[in-house]
Amino acid sequence: MERKLFHSVTLNLDKCKGCTTCIKHCPTEAIRVRFGKAYIIEDRCIDCGQCIRVCPHRAKSAVCDSFESLKNYRLTIALPAPSLYGQFNNLSDIGLVLTGLLRIGFDRVFEVAAAAEYLSDFTRRELLKNNSLPHPTISSACPACVRLIKHRFPELANHVLPFVAPVELAAVLARSKAVAETGLKPEEIGVFFISPCPAKVTASRLPIGISARVMDGVLSMTDVYTRLLPVLKTIGEPEITPQAGLTGIGWSVSGGEGSALLNGRYLAVDGIENVIKILEDLEDEKLPELDFIELNACTQGCVGGCLAVENPYVAKTRIRGLMKYLPVSRNKASALQDGTGKIQWQGSLESESRWALDSDMGAAMEKLLRINELANSLPGLDCGSCGAPTCRALAEDVVLGHASEEDCIFRMRERMQILSGGGEADADAYLPPPFRKCEEDRK
Amino acid sequence: MPDAIRMTFNVDGDDFAAAGTASSEVKRALKQLGMPPELVKRAAICMYEGEINMVIHADGGVASVAIRPGSVEIELRDRGPGIPDLELAMQEGYSTASEQARNLGFGAGMGLPNMKRYADELKIDTKIGVGTTVTMVLRDRTR
Ligand SMILES: Nc1ncnc2c1ncn2[C@@H]1O[C@H](COP(=O)(O)OP(=O)(O)OP(=O)(O)O)[C@@H](O)[C@H]1O
Ligand code: SF4
Ligand SMILES: [Mg+2]
Repeated sequence: MERKLFHSVTLNLDKCKGCTTCIKHCPTEAIRVRFGKAYIIEDRCIDCGQCIRVCPHRAKSAVCDSFESLKNYRLTIALPAPSLYGQFNNLSDIGLVLTGLLRIGFDRVFEVAAAAEYLSDFTRRELLKNNSLPHPTISSACPACVRLIKHRFPELANHVLPFVAPVELAAVLARSKAVAETGLKPEEIGVFFISPCPAKVTASRLPIGISARVMDGVLSMTDVYTRLLPVLKTIGEPEITPQAGLTGIGWSVSGGEGSALLNGRYLAVDGIENVIKILEDLEDEKLPELDFIELNACTQGCVGGCLAVENPYVAKTRIRGLMKYLPVSRNKASALQDGTGKIQWQGSLESESRWALDSDMGAAMEKLLRINELANSLPGLDCGSCGAPTCRALAEDVVLGHASEEDCIFRMRERMQILSGGGEADADAYLPPPFRKCEEDRK
Repeated sequence: MPDAIRMTFNVDGDDFAAAGTASSEVKRALKQLGMPPELVKRAAICMYEGEINMVIHADGGVASVAIRPGSVEIELRDRGPGIPDLELAMQEGYSTASEQARNLGFGAGMGLPNMKRYADELKIDTKIGVGTTVTMVLRDRTR
């Protein structure tokens, strides 16, 4: 069970104008407009960041930790996601970005890409053993996708790779290395991830598969980018040598994790809508024989995260450029001490269906009947005026007690007509022009 | 408590692109009812295979579903050409699918065998030139 609700994706009430853009784009139908403002149904949100991207008023944002919190530690370590490297124009050497991180205030850097290589190597070996892992195996690296499976695809939960994400492994390795080298206590060290997305912020506070938090904070990639940009120009020679090869860096784009398994039978899906379709197909056994399925909620993979600065396609091309001339990998799982203990989850993913209308099946049937009936009686315009993304969603809200039938402006119109005792034209006065029915108004 | 949830769909034989929409609606309803995942999965597969068969072999038909607390009953009724040799049709790999259907990835001859494997009861009434009615019952195996 999730211990409590936390979401990085949050709404700024002052900026929200109550338009219906976000409710229409949310892949899990987790947003409604109520009293002129958007409202996020926390239970359903998977922190994919779609609403942040589409909000025309920039009223949705990802809550991250502040740079100021670096001050709370005697030693700080930056964990840059490899997608960070794709944000800079004409970057010739990843070492420059790593050095830049020291200049803006970190004491050390540990590349998430290096941890990704340990994971790729470890996973490849486990897949070859071919007994312990579910078939096909679904990647667990994108927390938005993992949460989606947990809530909506319970049948697939046991297919999820029961391994930590690269950033989680990086945090553990970076901290223990620093403890060994400096003699500081673990809690005196601040480990900060530089994240392309809100889903990773949420996952850092409510980790899945491991029992405790391993990072001390998550910083927004946009924030770090803004600080890095002026500094980069001043660096002559990089002071840090990159610790990852092309395999680790490739994890930042869709297909990178899958191809690193060196097994042709993988499928890489990016974009949350595509992910949902593929999971439906997988559940219905419509996919061909596969060993591995890589899922990324963001277009093109993590370079498409909503906290990244650069256009995902541009960033992807840059990542490809940086991958050239790099060794395939610099990190072998055999070099890890207690690799299994550090990588494997304590169990498999527990599903937690958020779809059931009621825990009692009879009650659920009754509710579904009423929903079907009501949905059929609504106009089917999916206009969003009621604050729900579709007529069916309003019907569900009504039956579950979260909305009223008269939130539908057509229901309202009927009631007004009865109250005023007038005809269609009178009632039409209560509707905006696109929904009026009277011919006279059609000019 | 209502005896059953009934859903009926007119499955259009001309619209290949829409094939499979009835099964996804049924799947959604089963999940909303909190049916066990293993039953949801089997029902979704059976319904999908039957729905596709009506589209690619019988020019469409009517799908009716009755959902009860421990079971799902699916009926697929069409007025297509009928199945001349049912025993042959039930064999894995046997298919008369058209070129067009094959191009869309159908025609592996696995639909009926899958339905047999996943449904707890499968009944096929078919008459040449009149049509085919496939009835399937799936029970909650966890109960
Ligand atoms: N409703 C139907 N009407 C007429 N013929 C049918 C019908 N359903 C199945 N058949 C016949 O039975 C054969 C086998 O059906 P089955 O579903 O097993 O395979 P398929 O539909 O050909 O391929 P696949 O289901 O793997 O895409 C079909 O090729 C067709 O000749
Ligand atoms: S694809 Fe990457 S950036 Fe996007 S939500 Fe998933 S982990 Fe975050
Ligand atoms: Mg078939």
